[in-house]
Formats: sequence, C-alpha cells, structure tokens
Amino acid sequence: MVLPVVHLAVRATEAPDLVDLLTSRRVTEATASTLVLAATVTSIAAALGVAMAWVLERTDVPAHRLLGIWAALPLVVPTYVLATAFKDAFGPGALLFELPGVVGFRGTATALALSTYPYVLLVARAALASVDPALEEAARSLGDGRRRAFARVTLPLVRPAVAAGGLLVFLYVLSDFGAVAILRYRTLTMAIFTEYRTSFDRSTPAAFGVVLVALTVVAVALERVARGRATVTRAVAGTRTPVRQRLGPMRWPVAIAVAAVPAVAVAVPAAVLVYRASLSTGRSEPAGVVARAAVTSVGLSLAAAAACVVLSIPISVLVARFRSRAAGVVEVSVVAGYALPGLVIALALVFFSSRYAPVVYQTATLVVAAYVVRFFPEALGASRSAVAAVDPALEDAARSLGDTRWRAVRRVTVPLVRRGLFAGGALVFLTAMKELPATLLLRPAGYDTLATRVWTGAVEGFYRQAAPSALLLLVVSAFALGPLVRGARQVSPS
Amino acid sequence: MCMPNKVSRLWAALLAAAAIAATSACSTSDGGDELFVYSGRNENLVRPILEQFAEDTGTDIRLKFGDTAELAATILEEGDRTRADVFFSQDAGALAALASRGMLAELPDTALEIVPEKFRDPGGKWVGVTGRVRVIAYNTTKLTAADVPGSVFELTDPKWRGRVGFPPTNASFVAWVSALTEEVGRDQAKAWLEGLEANDAKTFDNNLATLEAVADGEIDVGLVNHYYLYNEFEQRPGSPVANAYPGQDAGGEGTFVNVSGLGILQGTKQGAAARKLVEYLLGDDAQEYFREETAEYPLRDGVDPLPDLPALDSLRTIDVPLSDLGRDLEGSLELLKEVGLT
Repeated sequence: MVLPVVHLAVRATEAPDLVDLLTSRRVTEATASTLVLAATVTSIAAALGVAMAWVLERTDVPAHRLLGIWAALPLVVPTYVLATAFKDAFGPGALLFELPGVVGFRGTATALALSTYPYVLLVARAALASVDPALEEAARSLGDGRRRAFARVTLPLVRPAVAAGGLLVFLYVLSDFGAVAILRYRTLTMAIFTEYRTSFDRSTPAAFGVVLVALTVVAVALERVARGRATVTRAVAGTRTPVRQRLGPMRWPVAIAVAAVPAVAVAVPAAVLVYRASLSTGRSEPAGVVARAAVTSVGLSLAAAAACVVLSIPISVLVARFRSRAAGVVEVSVVAGYALPGLVIALALVFFSSRYAPVVYQTATLVVAAYVVRFFPEALGASRSAVAAVDPALEDAARSLGDTRWRAVRRVTVPLVRRGLFAGGALVFLTAMKELPATLLLRPAGYDTLATRVWTGAVEGFYRQAAPSALLLLVVSAFALGPLVRGARQVSPS
Repeated sequence: MCMPNKVSRLWAALLAAAAIAATSACSTSDGGDELFVYSGRNENLVRPILEQFAEDTGTDIRLKFGDTAELAATILEEGDRTRADVFFSQDAGALAALASRGMLAELPDTALEIVPEKFRDPGGKWVGVTGRVRVIAYNTTKLTAADVPGSVFELTDPKWRGRVGFPPTNASFVAWVSALTEEVGRDQAKAWLEGLEANDAKTFDNNLATLEAVADGEIDVGLVNHYYLYNEFEQRPGSPVANAYPGQDAGGEGTFVNVSGLGILQGTKQGAAARKLVEYLLGDDAQEYFREETAEYPLRDGVDPLPDLPALDSLRTIDVPLSDLGRDLEGSLELLKEVGLT
C-alpha cells in the first residue's frame, strides 16, 4: 500500500524544478482550495451524520429500520453521476429549477457532503448502538439531565467513531475527481488529471500528489488528536436497548426531514438519468452486456471487501491497542492510498506490476489489489473503532476462567467486533462498485464493470446507453445496503 | 444471537462467489500471439471497425479502451514492457509524446503515403486516421450565423462578455492554442487568452460539456471540435446548435485541424499484423465507416466527408506541423496556467 507513495516520490524527484514547483502559486492555490473544500464537506457531513445517527438510534422516530437503510442510500451513487445530475437539474439550463452557484464551490461541496455523510452516519450509529445505556443512566441517576448525560457520557464514547468517519470524508474529498471535474472546482486532484491529460509529463502531477500525501499525514495526525484517548471507550455485548427519546408530535416531521436528505442525493440522479435517456435517440445497450458488467462489478467489489476486512483485523489491533509511533506510521501509510486519486494509484500499480509481477498485470487480481489500496481505510476505520471499544479486561477475564488466548479472542472479542467489521466491509463493497479510474486502466482487456459501462457511454454523450448501467449500479448496490446496514449495526440482541 | 450467524453464512457464500469470479478472471491474462490495441478512442465508435478488421483478416485482437492521455501515461509507465502493439489515439499530441520518447516504431511508406503529408509524422512514427476541425458552436435561438464572429480574436470584445465557453484542459484545445501561438506569436496568443479570461469566459471539462452548455443556453458560443454537433442532435433531437468555422475571411487566422491517429509500439512482436491494421483503418471501407459513424473527416484522398461539411482543402487552416505540437504543448499549457485558465 505504500507503493503509490514510493512511485510518486520517485516521479516527483524527476521534476527539474521540484522546489520551485512545490512553492509556486499554482500549487499553493490548489492546496488552499482543496483544504477549504475538504474542511467544509467534512463539517457538513459530520453534522448530518451524527444528527441522523442520533435520531435513528435514540428517538422513537417511525419506521427507523427502513429509514436507517434509506439514510445510507447516497453511498450507492457515484459522485460523477450525482454531480452530472445536479448540473442538469439545478445548473444553467436547469431541468428542475436553477440554483445559483451549483457550478463551482457551493455545488461541489453540496454534492460531496451528500455523497459522504453516510460514512459518518454508519460508524456513529454503530458506536451509539454499542454504548452501554447503563452509563448514561448512571449519569442521570447522579443528577445529570438527559442532554447533559448524552453530552458528558455518550458523546465522548462515540467521538472516536465520528473522528474516524470524518477522516474518511476528508480523505475522500482529497481524492475525488468526479464532482470537482463536472462542477468545475479546482483541487489538487483536478490539477493532477489536467497535467496528465494535457502535457504527458509525469513529474509535475507527481509533485501535486506529494502535496496530497502531506495533507493526508496532517489529517491523520489531527484525527488521532480528535479521537481522544481510546482508553475511555468501553462497550459490552448484551446490554439493554436504550430508552428512546419521545419526539411526540415531531415524530413525522423529523422522519420526513431525515428521509429528505438522501432523497435529494438518490432520487434526483435517478430521475435525471431516466429523463435524459428517454430524450435521446442514440444507441442503447444490450441487456447481456449490462448483466455481465453487473456480475463483474459485484465479484470484484466483494473480493475487495473481503480482502480489506481480513487485512484490517491485525492492523486495527495494532493501532487500537498499541498507541506507539510505529502504529501511527503504519496507519498513515495505509491511509495514503485513500487520499490519492485513482489514476495515481493505477499508474503506480502499472509500473510495479508490469515489471515485477507480470503474472497479475492486467488481471482481475490487480484490479482487486487497486481497490484494496484505495479503500482499505474504510474497513480499517470501522474495525479499529470496534476493536478500540472492546475492553481487553474482558479477554483477561475469559482467560482467567481457563480459556486459551485464542479461544478468548474467538469467544469474547470476535462477537463484539463483528458489527464493526461488517460496517467496514460494506463501505468497501459500495465504494468499489463505483470505482472508475483504476478499473479503467487496470482491467483485463474486454472486462467491463457497471462503472466502466457508464463511462463508455457518458464520456461521448451517449446517455441512453449509459443510463441502464448507471441505474443498475444504484439498484444492485442498494440491495447490498440492507443486509450490510443491519450487519453494521447489529440490531438489538434477541 | 441467531442474526449474526445467518449474516455470516451469507457473507461466506458471497465470499466464495467472489473468489470464483476473481480466479476465473485470471485465466485470461496471457495472450502472446494476439494483436493488442490500446484505444484512447471511444469503444462505441471504434470497436465495430476493429472487430470487422479481426474478422476480415483472421487476426486475433485484444482491445483495451480508456482515456487517450491516461493510456499514453500507461504505456510510458510500462516502458519497454508494454503489452500494447498498436496505440489508437484521440489526438496527435499523445502520439507525438510517445514518438519523442522513442516508444514508436517506423511505419511503412505504403501506409504513410495514403494520408496527406501534413496529417502524419515527418519521421514516419505515426499517421493520422481521421481529421477533426475546431469550430465555433453557437446557440441558434440566440444568434444567427451572421452574428457569429469571423475570428476567434473578436471574442475578447466586451459584447461577448460572459457569453463564451471553452475546455482549457482538453488536449485538442491545447493543441489549437499551440497552433495559434505558432501563427500569431506568444504575446498575441497570451493577450487573447487573457482577454477571454477578463471577458468572463466560462471554462468546461471537455468539448462535450462545452457544447451542451451552448445548447442549454448557458453560453452563446463555444470553442469545440466539429463532430460533437452530430452527437448532440442524436442525444437531443432539435437541439438549437450549429457550427461556424473561425478565421475564414481573407487574412483570417484560419481554423485548426487535429487528427486521431495510430502508432505501432517499438517493441511489438506483432509487427506484420499491426501494419495490416494501420493499412486497414486507412482503407476505403474504414474511412467511410468513420465518416458515417463519427462525422469526422476521412484523411484518405478520394474519400469525401459528410455532404454538409465543407471540404478540408476548402478551409483556411493553420498549417503548423502536428508533430511539432508535441513539443509546444508544454509551452501552451504554461501559457494557460500563466493566464490562470487551468
């Protein structure tokens, strides 16, 4: 997972004027606008995600199970589809109604916040669900009001999860190309694509990439601070369901408000796709092609999700239980892949695998490897929060009662962290379904995923051809969402 | 807790399915005696003709589709281990970039001579297949043909404030800027770009987005390649757009013609099949195919363009050698950056 960083560093040092380049106005401006966008999107996504998690976990909002799945639905929409739909629906020449600033910062930030808040929502829900309500009740019995108890007891317990979700959002924004390209907001990633496209020079984009890696290091460090001292978080299994706050007459208005946010992110793109496709007289797509692409997408994404979950277990134990500097280095290096544009990852893998691993070059294995490099932190964030929430004393207790070390892990820790692992696997699966740049370059000849079919159609404006694949991408992913959200949350014990 | 067990069984079944999918895909990895084509041209547009070639000549082909610049970067990263035998590029710049890094082999004269000299590499490393002309696309509900400026240099006039759009990071736009720079000098080219920027011109990600903005009325005129118009009509029948050719008046700057083209990779072991493909795509059938399917200009002498397009040799054009543009691209990009357009 550090290969892309090594590759970037090598390419960047080939630039004749690296220092001048790194301090030039172009780089500093792109860096500043990237930071502004990432910070804005992270704040909005964190606020939306935590608020929705609280409503879903701690109030008597109606239909909260259905609402929970619905709320995570924007995860299935690729940013390039969402951004195109926003531009069509609300941009100049709007199909719906024109909103000022859709093209530019405001539109880009809105589209990205809507795409990413589920990252916070899922981990915040998992965390809220695993907090022992007895703690809050204890605080209340000692005289705290409901709000005060939530703020003093529960919030600190879910803070690591929110910080982890926020980090994912922040880094996702750094690497996004779809929304910034379509809604025209210049970030470092946009600059990297521009350099490749126009100058065929590989050292300048690499220098931009190095700046992205530096931003990642800072973001990870900040998150470690925001996460706070992991030693305060303790969760146990088999606790009672917390008493849900009564919303009274606000039940339905709150439900509608929670439902409206994902509706904008899902219904608008779906409607625009159908409308554009119905208008077009161009070529359409044979059903067989779409079906094959769907099977390929699901297979590759599942393989990536499984690989990420398996890999995340030892690393999350390392970073959650041993807060050493080495653990920090490990974390930064695995997270870097997430913040880099898919094109950069893909070219690094082209370089290394075509030379040193020709057996896997241009095979599905390499595509899966690229997904793991790109999306591993999604699994790691969830697994780490889960592992951090398990009191090692529970394992010690099991061992003192005669279990071997591994038996204690299997009987005590695994059931407690399972929901976190599911959440992580779900995120990786859904993100991999949408992945485009690395898939495009690394896929075996003749191999298509739903995302590459969408690209093949939309890049030359064949909307009628692109629409079925795009819609199927939404539908197939949505099917996965149900079991995965439930798995992530592990509904109240039966 | 029965629920997690069910979930994990489902999970295990899915994992098994994924593993099968992944391993079955691996078996198709090596194909030493096929002709491997990396195509930066869109799959919809070129797959039919490439498959026709395979059928007509009995050649086994493998096709890899992607973005032209990204595939060029891929070939450079692969270096002498590249799997590509032939590169089909969307523009001359990518071919010139590969040629200048010694990645392309010399093409046979029999192929080169099919195409007019100005649409191929003087060193014989690549050859143009189809021509694409830069135009001013305009919105026909807002403008008549007579309102459209005769020269792109008029677009810096205040009366065009906020009404012009173009894709500054698009390879064929950058190539056009290079050609203009060559013709009128760097200072005037820079002044023009600064004028556009000061005139609140809008920038887009690519030609397609620019043309759609013209059709939507976001802008009145857009600087794009000529054939996007035909796709727009297919996507949105009756769309209010038309093309005008800039710089055609006596003494005008002329328009610019770029090409899509082919190069054969230096290290190929499929030289004979690769040369056959190049000659096939320059043959009558393929050239007519491109005219009908993509509305581009056939480059083979004697194959006419679509009837409603002006003949290539009737157009006043900027005749900067396409092979030199590769060298100038970085200069042009630098220019666009100085002006703050990228």
